[in-house]
Amino acid sequence: MINHDIVIIGGGPAGLAAAISCYENGNQDIIILERDNSLGGILNQCIHNGFGLHTFKEELTGPEYAARYVAKVQSLGIDYRLNTMVIDISKDKVVSSINETDGLMQIQAKAIILTMGCRERSRGALNIPGYRPAGIFSAGTAQRYVNIEGYMPGRQIVILGSGDIGLIMARRLTLEGALVKMVCEIMPYSGGLKRNIVQCLDDYNIPLRLNHTVTKIFGKERVTGVMVSEVDAFRQPIPSTEEYVECDTLLLSVGLIPENELSRKAEVAINQKTQGPEVDESLSTSIPGIFAAGNVLHVHDLVDYVSMEAALAGKNAVKYVQGLLKTGLSIVIESKNGVRYTVPGTINPDNAEDITVVRFRTSDVYRDAYLSVYLDDERVMHLKKRILTPGEMEQIVIPKKWFAERPNLKKITIMVEKE
Amino acid sequence: MYDIIIIGAGVVGSSIARVLSKYKLKIAVLDKEVDICEQTSKANSGIVHSGYDAHVGSMKAKMNLRGSKMMEKLCQELDVPYRRNGSMVLALSLEDLPKLAILKTQGDTNGVEGLRILTRDEAIKMEPNLSNEVAGALFAPTGGIVDPFKLTIASAEIAFQNGVEFKLKTKVIDVEKHDDHFVVFTDKGELITKVLVNAAGVYADDFNNQLSAHKLKITPRKGEYCLFDKQVGNLVDKTIFQLPTNLGKGVLVTPTPDGNLLVGPTANDIIDKDDISTTAEGLKSVVDRAKKSVKQIPMGFVITAFAGLRATEQNGDFVIGEAADVPNFYNAAGIESPGLTSAPAIGEYLGEMISQKLHAVAKSDYVKIRKDTVRFESLSLAEKAAIIKENPEYGKIICRCELVTLAQIKDAIHRPLGATTLDGIKRRTRAGAGRCQAGFCSPRVIEILAKELHLDPREIAKNDNNSVMLIEFDKDSL
Ligand SMILES: Cc1cc2nc3c(=O)[nH]c(=O)nc-3n(C[C@H](O)[C@H](O)[C@H](O)COP(=O)(O)OP(=O)(O)OC[C@H]3O[C@@H](n4cnc5c(N)ncnc54)[C@H](O)[C@@H]3O)c2cc1C
Ligand SMILES: Cc1cc2nc3c(=O)[nH]c(=O)nc-3n(C[C@H](O)[C@H](O)[C@H](O)COP(=O)(O)OP(=O)(O)OC[C@H]3O[C@@H](n4cnc5c(N)ncnc54)[C@H](O)[C@@H]3O)c2cc1C
Repeated sequence: MINHDIVIIGGGPAGLAAAISCYENGNQDIIILERDNSLGGILNQCIHNGFGLHTFKEELTGPEYAARYVAKVQSLGIDYRLNTMVIDISKDKVVSSINETDGLMQIQAKAIILTMGCRERSRGALNIPGYRPAGIFSAGTAQRYVNIEGYMPGRQIVILGSGDIGLIMARRLTLEGALVKMVCEIMPYSGGLKRNIVQCLDDYNIPLRLNHTVTKIFGKERVTGVMVSEVDAFRQPIPSTEEYVECDTLLLSVGLIPENELSRKAEVAINQKTQGPEVDESLSTSIPGIFAAGNVLHVHDLVDYVSMEAALAGKNAVKYVQGLLKTGLSIVIESKNGVRYTVPGTINPDNAEDITVVRFRTSDVYRDAYLSVYLDDERVMHLKKRILTPGEMEQIVIPKKWFAERPNLKKITIMVEKE
Repeated sequence: MYDIIIIGAGVVGSSIARVLSKYKLKIAVLDKEVDICEQTSKANSGIVHSGYDAHVGSMKAKMNLRGSKMMEKLCQELDVPYRRNGSMVLALSLEDLPKLAILKTQGDTNGVEGLRILTRDEAIKMEPNLSNEVAGALFAPTGGIVDPFKLTIASAEIAFQNGVEFKLKTKVIDVEKHDDHFVVFTDKGELITKVLVNAAGVYADDFNNQLSAHKLKITPRKGEYCLFDKQVGNLVDKTIFQLPTNLGKGVLVTPTPDGNLLVGPTANDIIDKDDISTTAEGLKSVVDRAKKSVKQIPMGFVITAFAGLRATEQNGDFVIGEAADVPNFYNAAGIESPGLTSAPAIGEYLGEMISQKLHAVAKSDYVKIRKDTVRFESLSLAEKAAIIKENPEYGKIICRCELVTLAQIKDAIHRPLGATTLDGIKRRTRAGAGRCQAGFCSPRVIEILAKELHLDPREIAKNDNNSVMLIEFDKDSL
C-alpha cells in the first residue's frame, strides 16, 4: 500500500485543474491517475475551437486548452500515472488501480477527488427498433475515429440528437467529405449550444429537424437507411409523417451520463437528476473527504466552468486534509418550477467562500421569464432572462453576506417565474 | 469421405459434435456464418428450464429434464458461467392460482424435483420487487441461468480440440442421398459423408424435406428482448416467469450469469427466417408485460435490445433421431425452447445413437476439460495483482465497462476456433457487451484483431463480411 494525501481520479480538464489547485493551496502530495495514454480527457478529441473564452479570453481548440493545464501540471512536478485505470475506491479511501507496469496499485488517500468525466448514452437507452447492423455509432466514438484514429465512420449520415457532440460532428464529417443528411431532435428545442447550431448546421445547410426522431433502423449487416418520423406533443411518433432516409451511418448524440460506477463502489450518494454525486458548497460528496468536479458531477457544456469547479474541489480537499473543513448544519437549496437540479445542493455557511456559484439547468425552454432566488420566503433575486433552455447551463451567485444577515436561514429556493 | 457431417454450429450442432469427438471418427461441422453461435443460440433467454412446462411424455420433456440435470457438472467441465438461481412462475390473479397447480402436477409427472406452490407473501418475501398483483407462485429450485454463447463456444472448442473440423462461411445448398453416403453441396464445393446430422436451426426443415418423405414445417417465432445495465441486475434474483400461453413461456424477468437484467421475450410467428430485427410494438409489449411481474422496469438503464427466432415445428415437439425412411440421416430439428437446456442431452442422445450405428471406437486421448478465457473482472484484487505480474497485458484495459484486458482479447483470437470479428470477441470476452455498447472499445478491438490476424482494419467486420465497421481509411485520400 502506498500513501498519498490526495488522489485525483481522471486526468481530464477537471482532474488537471483540481491538481493544480491542490498544489497552489499548499498540498504537494498529490497523484493523478488517468486510464488513457495521455492527459487532457475528452478535450483531446475536440479539435474544433471554442474552448477557454472565459478563462483565457481567447478561442482555443480542445487540445490547446488541455495543453496549457498539462504544461502547468508538469512544470509543478505533480505526479501522474497514465494507462492506469482505477477499478475500485473504498469508503475508507483506498484507491485500487491497475496498469501494465505497476500491476495492481493500492493507494491509501486522505482525500479523493472524483473527476472521471462522463460517457455517451448508447442506442439501447433509446430502444430504436430494427436490426443491429454495423454503422451505428455514438457521436463521440465517431469523433474519436475521425480526429484521432483517422477513419471515416461512413459516407451518408443521419444524426439523431442535437447534443453538442452531434452538432460538432455534423460539421466535422461534412468537412471530411461525408453527406450529413439531417440532424433529428425529438424535443422541440436543441440540446446543444446555440452557437453550435449556427456554426455547425446553419453554415453548412444541414437541416435540424426538431420534433423528429428515428423510429426504425434498416439494414442487416450495415445500415442502409432509417425511418424518420415527426412526434406529437407526447413525443410519440405520428405514423403519417414517416419518411425513409437512405444512409449508411447513424450517429447518436443523445446525451451524456456521468461516469459514477466508482463513486457507487465507495457508497457516495448519487443525485437521480444529474446522475452525479450529491455535493455541498465545498464539492464534498456524502462521504467526507471524497470530492467531485467536472462532468462526473453534472454534464457541462463549457470547459471553463469545469476548470473553475475543479479548482474549488482541489482547494477544499486541501482544507479537508488540514482538518479545516467544518461540519455542521447546512442550508438546503431547493430547485423548483423549471429548475431541474442545482450543484451544489446544500451550503454550510461556515465553509462558504465569499461567493458560492450555484449551477443548474432548466427542464424546459422559457422565454422572457425570470430566474428567482428565495431565502426562506423572501425573494432576493429576480432576474429577467430572454431565454432559458436545457441546452445551456445557468448559474447564479450567492454572496456569503446573505448568511451572516440571516442566521436562521433554512432554505434557498431557485425557480423560474413567469413574472 | 467424412464419417459424419453436422449442418449447423449452434448449441445443438456443437453439442452433438462435442459428444461425437470422443470417438475415432472423421467429423466436420458446417455453418454458413463466420463464427459459431451466430443464430438462435446467441439470442435467447439463457434459462436452464427445470422442465415443468413441457408436455408429459414429449421429447421436449425428456431432453429438458436430462439437460437440466447435466448442466451444472458440464458447465464446470467446460468452464461456462452457470448459476442455479431457481425460478418462479407467477399467478397474477386469484383465477390463475389453479393453473399453477396444474403446472406443478405436470412438472411432478415430468420428474422435476422440489416444485413448491408459494403464497403471495412467501413469493414476495423471496423476491421483494415482485408486483403487487402477484397472487401466488410456483417455485422451481432447479431452474438455472447459463451463458448461451459460452455453452455453444465451449462445446465447439472441445469438439475442435478433439479433431472435429469446423467449416465456417460454408453454406449448405443441397443434400443428396446415395447408396452408402450423402453428398453435401455447399457454396464452397461438395463434401461426402456416411452420416448426415441436421442441426440447422430454423432451416432444418429444408434439409429434412430434401431427403425424407416425412415433411417438417418450421415457422420462425420471433422473441424480442431488452437488456439492462448491471447496475439494475439485482432487481430480481430468480427467474420470474408468468403463466405460459399457447405461444410460449410468456415474458420473463431474469438476471443473467454476468449480472445484467434481461426482460423478454415476445412470441410472434413470422415468415422471414433471417428477420431478427426488433420492432417498436415488440419492445413495448415486452416492457408492458414485464411490468405486471415486477414493481418497476428501470427503462433508463436499457443498454440494448435484440431478437431471436424459435424454430417451431408444426407438431410442437423436438424431432430428434434417425429419419425412418432415410438411414444414416439424423435430425435435431424443431429445437425451440427449451433447446438450450436440452442441447447437452440431445448431444448425448444422438451421440450415443450415431456412435453405436458406426461401431465407433473411443479415443484414449479425448480432452474433456476446458479452461475459459480469464474473466478478469470477476477476479479478486489479489488475483488481479498476481495475473498482471505473470502477464502485464492483463494490466491493459481495452473494454472499460466490462474490464476486459488486452490479454483476454488476444486469447479470444488465438484460442481454438478463435474470434475473427467484433461480435466474436464480444461473445468470448464481453468486450463491448457493457453499458457503452462498444462505443469506446471497438476502435481498439478492431486494431487488435487487425494486428493479430494480419489484416487491414477496414477488413474487420462486426459479424459478417458485409458488416465492416469503417468505410474509409485516412482522410488524406479525400
Ligand atoms: C465533443 C465535445 C465537445 C465539446 N465542446 C466544447 C466547447 O466547444 N467548448 C467548451 O468550453 N467545452 C466543450 N465541451 C465540454 C468540455 O470539454 C467538457 O465539459 C470537459 O472536458 C469535462 O472535463 P472532465 O475533466 O470533467 O471530463 P473528461 O474530459 O471526460 O475527463 C475525464 C477523465 O477521467 C478519466 N477517467 C475516467 N474514469 C477513470 C478511471 N476509472 N480511472 C482513471 N481515469 C479515469 C478519463 O479517461 C478522462 O481522461 C465539449 C465536450 C465534448 C465531449
Ligand atoms: C426468444 C427465444 C428464447 C429462448 N429461450 C430459451 C431458454 O431460456 N432456455 C432454453 O433452453 N432454450 C431457449 N430457447 C431455445 C434455444 O435458444 C434454441 O433451442 C437453441 O439455441 C437452438 O440451437 P440450434 O443449434 O438448434 O440452432 P441455431 O443456434 O440457430 O443454430 C443453427 C445453425 O445452423 C446454421 N445453418 C442454417 N442453415 C444453414 C445452411 N444452409 N448451411 C450452413 N449452416 C446453416 C445456422 O447458421 C446456425 O448457426 C429460446 C429461443 C428463442 C428464440
